[in-house]
Amino acid sequence: MHIMEGFLPHPWWEIWYALSLPVVVYGIYRMNRLVKERRETLPLLALAGAFIFVLSSLKLPSVTGSCSHPTGTGMGAILFGPALTAVLSLIVLVYQALFLAHGGITTLGANVFSMGIAGPVVAYLVYRGCAKSNLNFYVSIFLAATLADWATYLVTSIQLALAFPSATGGVLGSFYAFGTVFAVTQVPLAIVEGVVTALVFKYIIQVRGDVMVRLKVIDEKRLGKLREVISA
Amino acid sequence: MKGELLAGTVILLFVAAFLYVAGSNTGAEWGGADGEAEGVIEELTGGTYEPWFEPILEPPSGEIESLLFSLQAAIGAIIIGYFFGYYRGRQSAEPHHVAEE
Repeated sequence: MHIMEGFLPHPWWEIWYALSLPVVVYGIYRMNRLVKERRETLPLLALAGAFIFVLSSLKLPSVTGSCSHPTGTGMGAILFGPALTAVLSLIVLVYQALFLAHGGITTLGANVFSMGIAGPVVAYLVYRGCAKSNLNFYVSIFLAATLADWATYLVTSIQLALAFPSATGGVLGSFYAFGTVFAVTQVPLAIVEGVVTALVFKYIIQVRGDVMVRLKVIDEKRLGKLREVISA
Repeated sequence: MKGELLAGTVILLFVAAFLYVAGSNTGAEWGGADGEAEGVIEELTGGTYEPWFEPILEPPSGEIESLLFSLQAAIGAIIIGYFFGYYRGRQSAEPHHVAEE
């Protein structure tokens, strides 16, 4: 999903910067408040960031014969919401842009938008929606993380299609072309990411379910039930 | 254990799909999808698009690139391991709190 350095022409790179910047600023504000007011949640925040670090470094082969990587943003979005996850993603994307020539500084706005904002928003909404309808907890996590991963790559395809409309098919035509590269490759990866995220949540529930209650990710009653199932 | 078994099965299926594609002579090159998108851009613009900015630093070789990627994964993995190790240890050290296994 990394749009390479220099590959977004004017005015698109500015547009995506303009869209991402307010979210990142708000995320930094929220993070500051978290650091001051709810220090007990910080280890979990570090965990969410670390999860993104690991998952986005793994380039996995897919059934299409090319490699791509998961994003790992679903966990952060479920626990802390999209704005904070945008900040965590920014850290990874800057590291990769500066040292790995993976992504870029000019395309940072667009990449933060797809990985740090669009995906996490999807994860957040899917998780909250599933929680309301009382769907199984782990299935909810799986759906949220899988769809977030996939949404990120769809948004990348849209970003590239908007910047490079096809001469014959327009934006839709090139969306199809980019979508074939990204969206199809990503399906199996997104499923693996969803499953792994759900499994890690099992461990979080075991050791720090109390913080999840305080972050209002889950209520006391549901936590109790989940813990019973784990220890049974 | 159910969760671990399920996750393990999905990962196994994922590996099996890879082995199947790799073994079926499709000529797959296993390049990065990001790079493939670059090819699509070239096709769409008829090769006229020139990236207007170059990466400031490029890893001098594939080895160094994989070093930096491993470093990224290692930093993440240390934090994850520390987190679960710390809280698990603390949980089993609390006498009034029955350790959950």
